[in-house]
Amino acid sequence: MAQHEVTFPISDEQEILKLRAGDEVTVQGHIIGLRDRTQIRIFDQGVEPPMDLKGAFLLHTAPGVRKLAEGKYEKVCIGTTTSARMVRFTEPLGTQYGVRAICGKGGFPDEAIEPMRKLGMVYFAIVGGAAALETTQIEEIEEVAWEELMPECLWKFRVKDFGPLTVGIDAHGGSLYRDVQAAAQEKLKEIYARL
Amino acid sequence: MSVVETDLQHAVEDAAAHLYVWALKDIPQDLRDALADARKRETSVPGQRVLDTIIKNVGVAEDQNNLVCQDTGIAVYTCRVGEHFPLHPTRIYEALKHGTERATVEHPLRSNAVHTITRENTGPNTGYRLPIVHWEFIPDWDGLDVKCVPKGSGSENMSFLKMCTPADGVKGIKEFVLGSIVGAGGKPCPPGIVGVGIGGSADYAMYLAKEAIARPVGTRNADPIVAELEDELYALLNETGIGPMGLGGDVTVLQCHIEHADTHMTLNPVAVNYQCWAARRASAHVSADGDIDFDREF
Repeated sequence: MAQHEVTFPISDEQEILKLRAGDEVTVQGHIIGLRDRTQIRIFDQGVEPPMDLKGAFLLHTAPGVRKLAEGKYEKVCIGTTTSARMVRFTEPLGTQYGVRAICGKGGFPDEAIEPMRKLGMVYFAIVGGAAALETTQIEEIEEVAWEELMPECLWKFRVKDFGPLTVGIDAHGGSLYRDVQAAAQEKLKEIYARL
Repeated sequence: MSVVETDLQHAVEDAAAHLYVWALKDIPQDLRDALADARKRETSVPGQRVLDTIIKNVGVAEDQNNLVCQDTGIAVYTCRVGEHFPLHPTRIYEALKHGTERATVEHPLRSNAVHTITRENTGPNTGYRLPIVHWEFIPDWDGLDVKCVPKGSGSENMSFLKMCTPADGVKGIKEFVLGSIVGAGGKPCPPGIVGVGIGGSADYAMYLAKEAIARPVGTRNADPIVAELEDELYALLNETGIGPMGLGGDVTVLQCHIEHADTHMTLNPVAVNYQCWAARRASAHVSADGDIDFDREF
């Protein structure tokens, strides 16, 4: 299980293709925060996002923030939410906007595997609940759009040494979640038989 | 209301405001010990990475006086009210609600509470029937114990109920708990505490499961038959290989706690309520004179 450092947004697809499920990744550069309502607005209500998502790293978050001035916020506590609720947006994020990485906690169901393989995308697993640490890795909230969805706005964060993340689903059809679940289901049969 | 009662209501409100923030920032020692022990036992590389990050995060929260997790949850309180405590539960509830609101506004904490149909935010982590309070009444006593459990939604979404039949027996209970936790995978932020409620009725089984997750980590049910089931399920759950954050590994749960009630001869309910690794809780004792003693152990 290799270790990598990747800077987002990426322009070279190889940066994504070199990652394999189980690898450890630290992220630099800029990442985009969003959540349920943000993606419902983009895809179900058809509103174009006012930020460039090409080559982007998306984080499933609704941050705790303090308002400083109009459109300017400082971080209070920024953590990550459960991804599975938002899996249906994976393919359109890749095809329509060129998103390359989605990061959240708890994993994506198997329906994300094929779109991610086809479009050269990865799912990064962060440690859910580890928000105090995550907050220290976000240097600044640089932009916010759709403030009326607070806290489920579209956020642009500048990060430093963001991680460690684990590649949960890679761009080659590999998924730790699928493998762990399949092994656990087999194990359950064995356990049930001896109860 | 007399002056004494007003002061006492303020004391309970102060206690609630402090407990909510304290619970969110500073996790109990028994939980820290359980996480350190989990790290020692874990052999998978992603699992070790997750546990290292969790332990580091607990330290960062302390150093920076920040919240352990951004999800400030839904405030759940357990109150043990002495028969002779001089403040009526109606006023205790009011004090807990005001304390929750004060903590949310003053810190500030993220406000999670919404109307369940319109999804409009109802204000500072309170609303209609929020916060949630579990009550217990203690005879021949004049004190009040309050425990605050801010319950995160990632784990609360992984709650399960099955009305097993008497013929399903204890085997049915075990299979349901194991299948539920494997199915939940990484979503509830494992390794956490699996709370199981058995017996009673459908609603009471889930109530008991919530009581179970709020116990100090690794405590055992006073009934030896139930305690034996806790030991067995704890061991079996950790055989499943789900591992920390569902990335595979040896430690799937930190503990399994069970609370039970006698039930109808035709019922065999089993409820599962999951508490994430950030199993936040804090408690206080309020005396009849309004003195507050912050003590976690109940």
